Amino acid sequence: MNKQNDMLSPELSPEALRKIDREVAKYPADQKQSAVMAALVIAQDEKGWLPKETIAAVASYLGMPPIAAYEVASFYNMYDLHPVGKYKLTVCTNLPCALSGGVHAADYVKEKLGIDFNETTPDGKFTLKEGECMGACGDAPVMLVNNKRMCSFMLPEAIDKLLAECN
Amino acid sequence: MALIDTINPLLTTGWSKGDAGWSLKDYESRGGYAQLKRILASKMSQDDVIAEVKKSALRGRGGAGFPAGLKWSFMPKAAAEKYVVCNTDEGEPGTFKDRDLLRYDPHSTIEGMIIAAYAVGAKRGYNYIHGEIFDIYQRFEEALDQARAAGYLGERILGSDFSFDLFAHHGWGAYICGEETGLLESIEGKKGQPRYKPPFPANFGLYGKPTTINNTETFAAIPFIMGMGGEAYLNLGKPNNGGTKLFSVSGHVNRPGNYEVPMGTPFAKLLEMAGGMRGGRKLKAVIPGGSSAPVLPADVMMECTMDYDSIAKAGSMLGSGAVIVMDETVCMVKALERLSYFYFEESCGQCTPCREGSGWLYRVVHRIEHGQGRPEDLDLLNRVTDNMMGKTICALADAAAFPVRSFIKHFKSEFEYHIEHKKCLVSPEVQRAGSGFFRASSAAGAA
Repeated sequence: MNKQNDMLSPELSPEALRKIDREVAKYPADQKQSAVMAALVIAQDEKGWLPKETIAAVASYLGMPPIAAYEVASFYNMYDLHPVGKYKLTVCTNLPCALSGGVHAADYVKEKLGIDFNETTPDGKFTLKEGECMGACGDAPVMLVNNKRMCSFMLPEAIDKLLAECN
Repeated sequence: MALIDTINPLLTTGWSKGDAGWSLKDYESRGGYAQLKRILASKMSQDDVIAEVKKSALRGRGGAGFPAGLKWSFMPKAAAEKYVVCNTDEGEPGTFKDRDLLRYDPHSTIEGMIIAAYAVGAKRGYNYIHGEIFDIYQRFEEALDQARAAGYLGERILGSDFSFDLFAHHGWGAYICGEETGLLESIEGKKGQPRYKPPFPANFGLYGKPTTINNTETFAAIPFIMGMGGEAYLNLGKPNNGGTKLFSVSGHVNRPGNYEVPMGTPFAKLLEMAGGMRGGRKLKAVIPGGSSAPVLPADVMMECTMDYDSIAKAGSMLGSGAVIVMDETVCMVKALERLSYFYFEESCGQCTPCREGSGWLYRVVHRIEHGQGRPEDLDLLNRVTDNMMGKTICALADAAAFPVRSFIKHFKSEFEYHIEHKKCLVSPEVQRAGSGFFRASSAAGAA
């Protein structure tokens, strides 16, 4: 099966399932549902976003009702329930960041990419999101790339550099 | 990395080497795990461990300030299955201390959790780590592997009868999971909606079992307390406010960062450590304990010392120790608008006063900021908060209300100016210059 088909199928790869198994092992044997947050992240990393069918596949693997997994996926704001660009940039604009340029950093990215919050560039490369406090206010302005990479002190030069690195 | 400075360093002793000093070997070379070894080798009683923590007057570092030793003593002795949970879901705007604690010295939190588990009789624990700091979650997992390999975690720790294992669980973007029962729901694989209390976690916690849940900084202080003794730790601070505390200083200072100082240190000293006001501008207001704490005007804040009792007396809360510093370039209406949006966005939705009230607060502050405020709006805002505070399952409604009430109370004329003149008292140019974003850019460009 080629990569394209993998992305379309709700089924998870053996590698993803192995990662989920490692998460399941952290919890008591009768509490597999505890692994659902990590499992959804693993699924999102593999698929790029979380279609309902993928959420249902995760639920089925963990032996929980699909709606219970969907409740989790829709409650926590870093799960993507719609397709996003190759690079999802989330800029914190909360007050402590804003005092050190968080809103200005977001405006700068908007202008550079020609998109607003919750939009994706026409080439599918970038999606821009407004974030809430990431717990890194001392490094303001901060932004996340694809949920897992925290970028600190994002002044204009640092933003330019980041955008240039994203290919 | 954010800047760090200390007076009497305890928690930050291991931070000086930055990212090069976090491993098990480094921690052991600083005396790490010696307290766990001593407790196990001497077969110290559970009650004696709890008594030492009580003596230290260590108060919960997550925000509520509840005495840690007292909390531990609520755990039922007889229960077979008990848990210890660490709250590293650090999302209170302004707070970034637990991130650095786990980044530079994860083993002090691990040792603190093991000692807590010993004291309350728990066999399993979890550290719930904020989703946005995934690299820190990965580091903590590495630190757990190191501790397990060295025999500090697992079956019969260091040859004793005591067994305990610890795991990391990450969040994925929900402020409400910093509320302890919302966090427990989240570990159970559900929406992080807080539970009714009582029952408190000590009786009905994770998976319905007795659970001790503390903040990261609280656990990280435990090895130091056991090392120096509760009384010596208490004496570092002031009565009822034991020890040192990490303060995350953000906003308009020259050196934002984490500062560890003894409880009772004057705010003026902390501000000086943080490099003073950015650009030499004038201090306007400070939120002393994270965005949920009432704002204080500059003159009130300059008289405060950094401890639970002094800040409470001034009408705010020490909270998580997140000190948000604002200078004269800040429009207080705009600042409040952003905070009100945050609580509206993060309300979990299960209690009507919070779900609806937080939206009302945001929309009314928003219209004042955007020149559509009405003369009756300030009374309206206060009335909405009356219908929120104390009327919900958890404290998020109160947290949304406190900023609104305190901003209006202390900066009423600025709100009235907005309503009357349909614009900010602080000009847009001055506000724009305040963040340093553009100036830093042009300065760097010139260089």
